[in-house]
Amino acid sequence: MADVGSACLAIALLTAFYAVGASIYGARSGKREWVTSGRRAIYCLAGLCVTAFAILESAFLRSDFSYALVAEGSSTDTPTFYKVTALWATQDGSLLLWATLLSLFASASLFLTRRSLRDIAPWATAVLGVVAAFFLFLMIGWENPFDTLAAPPAEGAGLNPLLRHPAMMIHPPMLYTGYVAFSVPFAFAIGALITRRTGADWIRSTRRFALIAWTFLGTGIMLGALWSYTELGWGGYWAWDPVENASLMPWLVGTAFLHSIMVQEKRGMLKVWNVSLICATFALALLGTFLVRSGILNSIHAFGASTIGVQMLVFIACVIGVSAALIVARLPDLRSEARVDSLLSREAFFLLNNLVLIGLCLVIMWGTFFPLISEALTGTEASVGPPWFDRLTTPLALVLVLLTGIGPALAWRRVTPAALGRMLRVPVLVTVAALLLLVAFTDATKSVPSLLMFLFVAFVLSVVGQEFWRGASARRVMTGEPWPRALARLTGRNRRRYGGFLVHAGIAVLFLGVAASSAFLDQRDVRLSPGDTVKVGDYTLTYLRPTAKLGGDDAGTGAPISLGAVMRVRHGDETYILRPSRNYYSTTDPSKGVISRFFDGEANSEVDIRWGLRRDFWLAVRPDLVSLQKPIERADSKFANSPGQVQAIVIRALTELYRQDPPPAAFRAIVSPLVTWIWIGGAIAVFGALLAAWPTPEARLRRVRSLYAARLGRELARS
Amino acid sequence: MEYGLALILLAAVVAVVLIRPLTRPGQEERLENSRLEELQAAKEAKYREIKDAELDREMGKLSQEDWRAVDRDLRGEAIEILRELDRIEGR
Repeated sequence: MADVGSACLAIALLTAFYAVGASIYGARSGKREWVTSGRRAIYCLAGLCVTAFAILESAFLRSDFSYALVAEGSSTDTPTFYKVTALWATQDGSLLLWATLLSLFASASLFLTRRSLRDIAPWATAVLGVVAAFFLFLMIGWENPFDTLAAPPAEGAGLNPLLRHPAMMIHPPMLYTGYVAFSVPFAFAIGALITRRTGADWIRSTRRFALIAWTFLGTGIMLGALWSYTELGWGGYWAWDPVENASLMPWLVGTAFLHSIMVQEKRGMLKVWNVSLICATFALALLGTFLVRSGILNSIHAFGASTIGVQMLVFIACVIGVSAALIVARLPDLRSEARVDSLLSREAFFLLNNLVLIGLCLVIMWGTFFPLISEALTGTEASVGPPWFDRLTTPLALVLVLLTGIGPALAWRRVTPAALGRMLRVPVLVTVAALLLLVAFTDATKSVPSLLMFLFVAFVLSVVGQEFWRGASARRVMTGEPWPRALARLTGRNRRRYGGFLVHAGIAVLFLGVAASSAFLDQRDVRLSPGDTVKVGDYTLTYLRPTAKLGGDDAGTGAPISLGAVMRVRHGDETYILRPSRNYYSTTDPSKGVISRFFDGEANSEVDIRWGLRRDFWLAVRPDLVSLQKPIERADSKFANSPGQVQAIVIRALTELYRQDPPPAAFRAIVSPLVTWIWIGGAIAVFGALLAAWPTPEARLRRVRSLYAARLGRELARS
Repeated sequence: MEYGLALILLAAVVAVVLIRPLTRPGQEERLENSRLEELQAAKEAKYREIKDAELDREMGKLSQEDWRAVDRDLRGEAIEILRELDRIEGR
């Protein structure tokens, strides 16, 4: 079947080239049948990519080690759940995922615009074809996921243990879906520039794709943070790691884009800005894919390790170069149709919000690439570190949250100071009340930035609450509906507006969690023996006893050995048990002994968390295996040629030895206030975004009408 | 061998799908009325803006005077779209 997979990729590449050629020929000659054929080529591309993806996924599920990729990234003892995800843990597999998602999104966007944007759509088809061809070319030329081994191994290397986490199952596809979906508005923007159709038509047709991309990318970022918090064993959710930053940058620019396109739709302004933003978002999405895969920021010599680094950089440079040249060439067509009437208007504040978002992106970009810049200039690699990021991003984040509150209170075009005063009176009162309560009952004044963030969050939530309340009240006056129905219908009939407000509320709640958990956490690193007790903030932690499990670790990751601890936690009147552990995965390294290979492979923490709305109690353990070192070495030489069952008995005896007489283990305990609100805020934002993306009743009705119109045309042509 | 066979079969299937519209030129032309679709979408967007402005007035974000000016402009733009729609539909 590997041959069929390779054939799918080869034909897909030819089909992508055909899509480009046929669409451009159709657009230039006015022969619509060629445009249709080009569009169909994209549908075929999707079919071929999905087939290739299914073949590879089936190889992973069957543990077919004749595929080099399966041997490299999976094993027979990898749980089925993680065999599915192992495909995109590899570079070749993630390229196939990119191409497959791109072909599906391209097909969906071209299908939905098949009866509109007749000038722009063929060029968008060509752009999407070029992007797809590039990724297929990478696979066929350098990273073929269907490469086979002449002598397949009996066992695979297995999936990296760190990736054996439910969030990792959906985190990469979510990120990639976000990256890929941004290619749709990018392609239509390029089409609009080429055809000089720079009005709002391309935005109206692709806005939903941009919103879907933003939602997926945001969800991916959140899942990555959740994975970091629950799996990496350091207790945080965001470390300003280059790979994290790589996903945040396109999300920030995409957020700016989603706001500024509203200004173009409503006022015909910011045309240059909008096409620049979507081109930048797409280039950053490609950069994100490149950074994740190349490892360039861990070592600037990573080009030697990554076989596609240079190709990716050349493609990103082409995207930036062609986009910039087109924008400059079309400047006369991108002139604004109106001007900002008043600084007190929603469009003026959207512009301000755009500048803050771009400022944040530039700060993060500088910090992320600083190691490369410093090495290029001074010859020494230096990184800026999280404190630098925190110092520069905190003020910008504060301004952003404040704008998130002011924006919804403003109307388009102009607002009188008196009207603004009326709109902000209640939110300001709520904010002052929040200040008094925080000062009187909490330690919030210990961190001024956090205090400001709490106040701005209160402001945003009260503005959004007021928007819903006033809107429902106005509807009740007009219709006499009861409150719940008025609220539901108001939201349902103005999904874009109120979905957006919910996103603002969700982001504010998310920042509440970030501000509280980063400024007021209590952390202790201690070594404890069974029976020892330690205080962490108001919590009392007691190490009751060690645990040792063979196979069947609590998290179901397929770890052969799991060593941990049973811990009692007391907080006020509440007492509960936590069971953190550390999983040990065997290595296939032949230099290791038959027993030590089970202890000296990859290991990772399975933290235990007591989740709570007010605070989380987070606990990780790192058992000390020094006392087992000598017995393991002895067992290595004594049982080198013993059957597997005997070796299993020896390993059980060794883990039992640890359980009976454990040395002190290292524990990290963290009391993290309000951290759960990060995930709740993220979920609210995702719900709001989905609500805003859902088609309006008018759009659905129009689609139905156009389907009937098409049917009528067909039937009349036949009769 | 398997690779060559798969290549030929897949290429044949794709070619059939791609060539089909080329054998029936003009068919798509009758089914599409692209400009009409775009204008319908623009009309709905403009109507939504008018309703948004009304909601803003009801909620006190826009004064009566500002709303009148905004509403007048928006209705003017909507009328332009309706005229263009009528022209295309041949009314």
